[in-house]
Amino acid sequence: MSEHAHAHDHKGHGGHGDGGHGDHADHPSYFKTYITLLGLLAVSVAGPMFGHPWLTLITAFGIAVVKAYLVASRFMHLNIEKKIASYLLLAALALLLLFYAGVSPDVMKHRGNNWENMAAQDEVERAEAAASTAPAHHHE
Amino acid sequence: MATPIHEHHGEGDHGAHAHDDHHHDPGFVQKYLWSTDHKMIAMQYLFTGMFMAMIGGFMAYVFRVHLAFPGVHVPGFGQVNPAEYNSLVTNHGTIMIFWVAMPVLIAALGNFLIPLMIGCDDMVFPRLNRLSYQIFLLSAIVLIAGFFVEGGAFGGAWTSYPPLSAKAQYNMTPLGAPIWLVAVALEFIAFLLGGINFVTTAMNSRAPGMKMFDMPIVIWMIVIASILFMASVGPLFAGAIMLFFDQTVGTGFFDPNQGGDPILWQHLFWFFGHPEVYVVLLPALGVVAEVITVFSRKKLFGYRTVLFTSFATGLLSFFVWAHHQFIAGIDPRMANVFTVTTVLISVPIAEMMFVYIATLYGGSIRLTTPMLWALSFLIAFIVGGVTGIFLGASGADIYFHDTYFVLAHFHYTFVPIAILAVFCAVTYWYPKMFGRMMNETLGKIHFWGTFVPFNGIFIPLFMLGLGGQHRRIWSYENFPELARPEYYHLRQFASISLIIMLACQFIFIFNFFWSLKNGKVAGKNPWNANTLEWTTESPPPHGNWKELPTCYRGPYEYSVPGRESDFWPQDQKS
Amino acid sequence: MRPIATTRSATGIPTGRLAVWWVIASEIVIFGGLLASYLMHRLGHPEFGGPEYAGATNTWIGAFNTFVLLTSSFAAVKAHEAAQAGDGPTAAKRLLYTAFGGLTFLCVKGYEWTHEISEGYVITKNAFWSFYYVAAGIHASHVVGGMIIMLILYGDVKKNKELQRVELIGNYWHFVDLIWIFLFPLLYIAK
Repeated sequence: MSEHAHAHDHKGHGGHGDGGHGDHADHPSYFKTYITLLGLLAVSVAGPMFGHPWLTLITAFGIAVVKAYLVASRFMHLNIEKKIASYLLLAALALLLLFYAGVSPDVMKHRGNNWENMAAQDEVERAEAAASTAPAHHHE
Repeated sequence: MATPIHEHHGEGDHGAHAHDDHHHDPGFVQKYLWSTDHKMIAMQYLFTGMFMAMIGGFMAYVFRVHLAFPGVHVPGFGQVNPAEYNSLVTNHGTIMIFWVAMPVLIAALGNFLIPLMIGCDDMVFPRLNRLSYQIFLLSAIVLIAGFFVEGGAFGGAWTSYPPLSAKAQYNMTPLGAPIWLVAVALEFIAFLLGGINFVTTAMNSRAPGMKMFDMPIVIWMIVIASILFMASVGPLFAGAIMLFFDQTVGTGFFDPNQGGDPILWQHLFWFFGHPEVYVVLLPALGVVAEVITVFSRKKLFGYRTVLFTSFATGLLSFFVWAHHQFIAGIDPRMANVFTVTTVLISVPIAEMMFVYIATLYGGSIRLTTPMLWALSFLIAFIVGGVTGIFLGASGADIYFHDTYFVLAHFHYTFVPIAILAVFCAVTYWYPKMFGRMMNETLGKIHFWGTFVPFNGIFIPLFMLGLGGQHRRIWSYENFPELARPEYYHLRQFASISLIIMLACQFIFIFNFFWSLKNGKVAGKNPWNANTLEWTTESPPPHGNWKELPTCYRGPYEYSVPGRESDFWPQDQKS
Repeated sequence: MRPIATTRSATGIPTGRLAVWWVIASEIVIFGGLLASYLMHRLGHPEFGGPEYAGATNTWIGAFNTFVLLTSSFAAVKAHEAAQAGDGPTAAKRLLYTAFGGLTFLCVKGYEWTHEISEGYVITKNAFWSFYYVAAGIHASHVVGGMIIMLILYGDVKKNKELQRVELIGNYWHFVDLIWIFLFPLLYIAK
């Protein structure tokens, strides 16, 4: 049933071995999900190395969404939970989208219908000027 | 009027024996200060809220006397200087919303009523409940502490806009400003924790047989209010942390020179601030629904109408927030959107007013004290709602914003919520809470002594606002158009009305404490009401019932044709 | 002495778990509000990707911390599996591993921040760093909170008591992991 795996005290590794076979025949193995998550992490770290902004965005955020889905459905068991829980969480997310939609025209954009955010525009210009004159020093 | 005999069959959950009486007699501390009993926690919130109301009311007295008679030594305070004026108006608003309206309408009523009206023995997480009160109490203490630090209490308005609120060089309250922010943040945490109990208990712990649509409206309203609060306060809580760092550490979240944006704060604040007013309005509407059905002996005109309208209002309330920012420099295209949604939201609220009036129509009206308060709520709130339409139209708001017109509008909504509906609730449920009836004569004198002067305060303020008087100004001496004698007469009329209104509150305080020992014994159901709280002792024992009730019908079965009795309690089998 | 109210379940979800979903929903709007605000600034200030801003964060450390949290989430779900099987001692041990993962995360973060601060990237340096420390800091405080709760539960769970709480703290912990899953690309990859 539950394997009493020998745990090596290794930076928080949980009892692994082969997780989740016994009771959860109909549900993807926890261990496989974990490995998938690690694989996705590797891809998202590798993404920027190709130098393509679009690719970086997709690997970074697209993968984040996929990872989030995996954790939410498989680890938090939202896939077998009563629907009301998912609705509640989705409603919270929807509100966030609403917040973003209502506020970003004022905060993200620095000009609009008859207005300009001069302080923000100046700051962006100043920072870009500083970045182009300063020697690039990487902190990787 | 025959009082039917209740037969309590212990059907439904076995072991519906709540709390055997094996007790340990609790000492004073365990019973009054460290209790996990929802009724005691409700009392704690109620008394704290009423105490804070006295402080907020005192502040109003001070600044209103100053405004009517500039430069005068205000009895009990002294002369009011500009910094003190700012602190007084800021904290008056902050206290009344966060430390009076919310604790009394949501925490006290929610705690007291939810388990009793849904037929269970306590909230689902009693220790968490106790913790929420303790955090709330701490928040009140922190807020008051701001008055004792150097520089005094925060004076940047309850809306706390940066850069005024972020930089001590502007607000001159280097300690008061962060203290205020911490107090508000703690209050948010207290209500988030409390909300967990309210929502989970109402969702899960209803009596057997009580379907969702059998819950009394006031319970629904408190639950919806908790959901609205939780959903809207998140961004503001994040914003409060950001503002705190701006104040104390010198970050620039809201400082354009450091890459931040002050408009962001406004959006964060009002994204919460607008739903917040519905957070307090809905429970008040719920209280009024309970009272008007009982005292017109009539079914609520449309239970599902009221319910779905409340959902619609709650949902719409998230789409109107920037009507507080029409002239702040938001994109005018957004102003168009928010005007439409704001005017739209008056429709569901108006519908609720109509439903309540229709409930009264044809009913057998009993003008008891709670009923007077409920009726006055309807009248005053309609005035408040209608004047809101002027403000919701962005064009008109260009003139009205930041004038006393706004102030009179929101007092015609907030006073019904925080004062009229609260007195309605307290006078209605007092018999259940304390086992005694309040004195009706004193109750009626108190009612008229509150309601009439209330109008005397704010109608002049509408007129002053139309005349262009701005808010948050210490003195109008330097504004020739506003320093006219006619305007001073209006200010004085308002301030004197306030003093009369405050004086009449002592009648209530006296009635409240006197009736605890000398009021007529109430019995279980002095109002002949249907809902479950009236089926147990007054006050209810620990565990609420010896055997938890089962529910057989909805809460508003009054004057059902063919029945001898004009009410039909929810737990009565037939 | 648990009230009868706690044992009822008209929704079909046990009360404790329903409450945790509720808490998570409220945390979504809190973190979401903060991250939405960050995103608006980030998209409006392209210079935030530069070397004095996000460019200075260490992607490898961020990735390692992501690995740590994912692993501790795995430990948490294994603890839940053990609790479901009625095996309290194993569940308790796995809870400890989860908490240990949290501790590792915090230590790495401590090292990372020390390094960044000593390089001059303090909270007041610019708006990016303000958001960076506040967002990661609030997240870290939730990590601490989760660890404390796990340590409190450890005693009971080991004795096979209150096993249902393992799932509850697990759900909270997975949520903390979820926040980091979004923080990581926002702060470490988008540059």
